[in-house]
Amino acid sequence: MKAALSITDEVGGPFALSHLDVLESEAVHIFREVAGEFERPVILFSGGKDSIVMLHLALKAFAPAPLPFALLHVDTGHNFPEVIAYRDAVVARHGLRLEVALVQDFIDRGELRERPDGTRNPLQTVPLLHAIDAHRFDAVFGGGRRDEEKARAKERVFSLRDEFGGWDPRRQRPELWQLYNGRHAPGEHVRVFPLSNWTELDVWQYIAREKIEIPAIYYAHHRDVFRRDGMWLAPGEWGGAKGAETVASRQVRYRTVGDMSCTGAVESSAETIEQIIAEIAASRLTERGATRADDKLSEAAMEDRKREGYF
Amino acid sequence: MTGQSAADTADSAAISATSLLRFATAGSVDDGKSTLVGRLLHDSKSVLSDQLAAVELASRNRGQEAPDLALLTDGLRAEREQGITIDVAYRYFATARRRFVLADTPGHVQYTRNMVTGASTAELAIILVDARNGVVEQTRRHAAVAALLRVPQVVLAVNKMDLVDYAEPVFAAIAAEFTRYAASLGVPEITPIPISALAGDNVVTPSATMDWYGGPTVLEHLETVPVAHDPSRDPARFPVQYVIRPQSAAHPDYRGYAGQIASGVLRVGERVTVAPSGRGSVITGIDALGQSVDVAWAPQSVTLSLADDLDISRGDLIAPADSAAPTSQDLTATVCHLHDRPLTPGARVLLKHTTRTVKAIVREIPSRLTLDDLSQHPEPGRLVANDIGRVVVRTAEPLPVDRYADSRATGSFLLIDPADGATLTAGMAGEAFADPSGGAEAADEDGWDF
Repeated sequence: MKAALSITDEVGGPFALSHLDVLESEAVHIFREVAGEFERPVILFSGGKDSIVMLHLALKAFAPAPLPFALLHVDTGHNFPEVIAYRDAVVARHGLRLEVALVQDFIDRGELRERPDGTRNPLQTVPLLHAIDAHRFDAVFGGGRRDEEKARAKERVFSLRDEFGGWDPRRQRPELWQLYNGRHAPGEHVRVFPLSNWTELDVWQYIAREKIEIPAIYYAHHRDVFRRDGMWLAPGEWGGAKGAETVASRQVRYRTVGDMSCTGAVESSAETIEQIIAEIAASRLTERGATRADDKLSEAAMEDRKREGYF
Repeated sequence: MTGQSAADTADSAAISATSLLRFATAGSVDDGKSTLVGRLLHDSKSVLSDQLAAVELASRNRGQEAPDLALLTDGLRAEREQGITIDVAYRYFATARRRFVLADTPGHVQYTRNMVTGASTAELAIILVDARNGVVEQTRRHAAVAALLRVPQVVLAVNKMDLVDYAEPVFAAIAAEFTRYAASLGVPEITPIPISALAGDNVVTPSATMDWYGGPTVLEHLETVPVAHDPSRDPARFPVQYVIRPQSAAHPDYRGYAGQIASGVLRVGERVTVAPSGRGSVITGIDALGQSVDVAWAPQSVTLSLADDLDISRGDLIAPADSAAPTSQDLTATVCHLHDRPLTPGARVLLKHTTRTVKAIVREIPSRLTLDDLSQHPEPGRLVANDIGRVVVRTAEPLPVDRYADSRATGSFLLIDPADGATLTAGMAGEAFADPSGGAEAADEDGWDF
């Protein structure tokens, strides 16, 4: 198992580009297309690795000028404190504009009800659509990748949403060459996925190549966790162990970072990015299957939620 | 390395940077395409245990005995219920040698537009045939789409060899017939491979039964086929996407033209011309996403600095002064109509070409092409979804359009409905098919070139 992050001979020739170069150029092209064609784009930023890579690419696309977009975080209120701290530090470092939509506000106003299972990820749709509406965002960048889940395999790079944020698979436009069609009626908006063609491994390789700083919880650390639905969950303000569930300290890391109530850790001793990449390369579980309860809800769960306006 | 790639992948997956190949598949459910794709993902260890568990569960729920690999590639509920694939799905896998993006397109007759979509970004297409049926109308249709879209490499996967006793003469006859046909359409590289997707012969693992076949498996071929052609052979084309002007204390006078190089190579010091204005300047700097470089090439996204302060904006095209793109307001092209609303002569549309969108009128639709036998129908009066035809378009402004044969990026365009923004039509400027002799040919304004 070699973990060298060098260009292999496979990419030989004077005009060769590595797969990371190709994916990077494609993503930058997408950001610039949106900047050229939309009035009020926004980047969904959660402090997770995909949105971090997205932001890194966006900053590159417009350097040395400042980022021409705002950031939007739909905060479930159940985020890992390390991730919120990271988010705020990045915003300060680059002088970015951050809008935060709080799920808690909607619960307090009675517009959303807490689910019996305590999971808040499905509750993000309403605050997201409310923020899009209030700020009149016409293009919304998301870090979704087509390799993540079967319903996403058919997602467009430019995905048209109606005034309810809904996604109709039969209304999606064919996408050919590098010609993205972003036309939309007032009230409609376009979700844009610059990482469409990236895989989990590509994202990690890129983080390594670019030496991008990520929240510490992605690396192996000791943490109090308990077992539920086959996942290691961390107790927090959202809740904790119930009944026979017992909390114990284990060495874990996170492969995805979402809501604390539904994001599981994996047991790992990978403390460097090279070790993480080696571990993922050898992993026998896809990212979400291992760690995200919300995708396990049903075979068609993601498809249904996309129709409702979720990512 | 024969047959080693899959095993290598399982334990030491591509950790280092490698090349990326985009390819498309075409073939119907009956040809076993979903099984081939499922087998490719499964045998290259790209299917992980939780995905496989889901497939096994779904197969059991349907009363199937063995896990149905085709289920790995079925996405939307509507399709699962109908047992068909209704759209292009993108799939991702990697071996130690290469990263793959697969545009998986359904092969049924009414889904020409999906194959056109998938083939538009593909450097290679796999066309599936059933060894029992050989080259049928649908095979010729798939070959024609690959040729029209100028996909440089075509693999003919002759499937279900197990049902013809793995007989070499059956394969040889199909391969010869297909190669003759595809070559006549100008497809430059054709590679026939005998396989059994169900049994796994020659998909990832070499067939023990077909010892008469000495060529690569499908995966080996995908891993070793040259990815990109040499950009130095093409004239450089740089559609400006965005003008970067920080106007900050640190960069008071910076003005950079951001874009993705659509074709060719650009160098610092090179004299360039800007279309449509025709003004000239010299490249003084190339910023390759944070690195100052002397040379950059397609498909890199870069930012150019020029010696002169020209009035350049999004939609302009920068090209070398000695090989500028010709500009014109009249465009003759082969199109695939994509939308359920027909396209008719006189239609007022928007035309999107590289980074510029202009008003346009469809002046004529001289002919429609039947892909089964390449017969043409003059003056069809309209094109409906999945039709391939010739159109003559007049644009409100001159556009620097290359022949699609010369540049897929600067020879392609979309027609868009101004009323609702729908993507109506995909267009390819110039003549439909490459000259099989490989020589240059004159554009034929009102007919097909064969």
